[in-house]
Amino acid sequence: MPDGQEGGDRIEEAVRAVLGSMAGDMTVTEVALLGELEALGREVARAKSEIAALRVDDINASHIPTATDELDAVVSHTANATNEILDCCEILEGLQTRLAGSDAATLSDAVTRIYEACSFQDITGQRIGKVVSALKSIEQRVAAVTQTFGRGGPAPPCTEEAPAGVLTQGQELANGPQLPGAGTSQAEVDRLLASFD
Amino acid sequence: MAMDKTTNVLIVDDYKTMLRIIRNLLKQLEFDNVEEASDGQEALAKLRAGQFGLVISDWNMQPMTGLDLLKEVRADARLKETPFIMITAESKTENVVAAKAAGVSNYIVKPFNAETLRGKIEKVLTDA
Repeated sequence: MPDGQEGGDRIEEAVRAVLGSMAGDMTVTEVALLGELEALGREVARAKSEIAALRVDDINASHIPTATDELDAVVSHTANATNEILDCCEILEGLQTRLAGSDAATLSDAVTRIYEACSFQDITGQRIGKVVSALKSIEQRVAAVTQTFGRGGPAPPCTEEAPAGVLTQGQELANGPQLPGAGTSQAEVDRLLASFD
Repeated sequence: MAMDKTTNVLIVDDYKTMLRIIRNLLKQLEFDNVEEASDGQEALAKLRAGQFGLVISDWNMQPMTGLDLLKEVRADARLKETPFIMITAESKTENVVAAKAAGVSNYIVKPFNAETLRGKIEKVLTDA
């Protein structure tokens, strides 16, 4: 299959060459073929102009890099905020020894719940990482399309895991957090582990 | 049998925040001998250099994942009996099955609560 603008131009050249070779009286079949070839030439020209009008270059030049930068900033800001919260929790835990009985226990329980809640940062970070990977994959495919029609620069380097290397089982099974309902709950994990005993 | 709170614990996670959360939860459980590693390779080096009675590891890390660390631990003559808890967002059944086949002592799905962590630690340390 031909690649790049050269490919599209070759199709047009082929159509013209066939048309130019059809001199004199033509059979019904040849007339039909001529019609098909003309339609093909028009489709190629239309596709080129439509893709040019889409300004797909902007997607890679601006939209996707901006989106990935924004997502990186989300991860950074939430990490900073989470660490601030943890700083405060550690201060509160330091005060715990000055409290008596139930007050100390109440404070300890509250701090524990904050620790549990702060683990959101790990989960959201992993989810955002998956979105960034998806955006980079889209970027590569858009670059391939723009290259095919001769408007883009060189395609960005492939950032996906190199398939050439042998992945370990741990890497193969590393998919990150599942969507709600798609994964296994702690209770189901416990039942599954117990079934092996 | 009560948990031995003097156990040296190695926690492994590539998210510093999660390391801090788990360390603080362990401190609440009165485990004070806690060290950290940010991936499987660093953890393996620390395990081989030290004396740890419990590993609590994430799965999804680079370059060495938690599952690969678990396999290395179970293949090491000195380390193979070390209790190993996987604590991870990898919640597919195939992940749990693979970890069990590799010799995981227990498995905690993120996000988790402190009571689950306490219960699993108590179980693996009393079973050990």
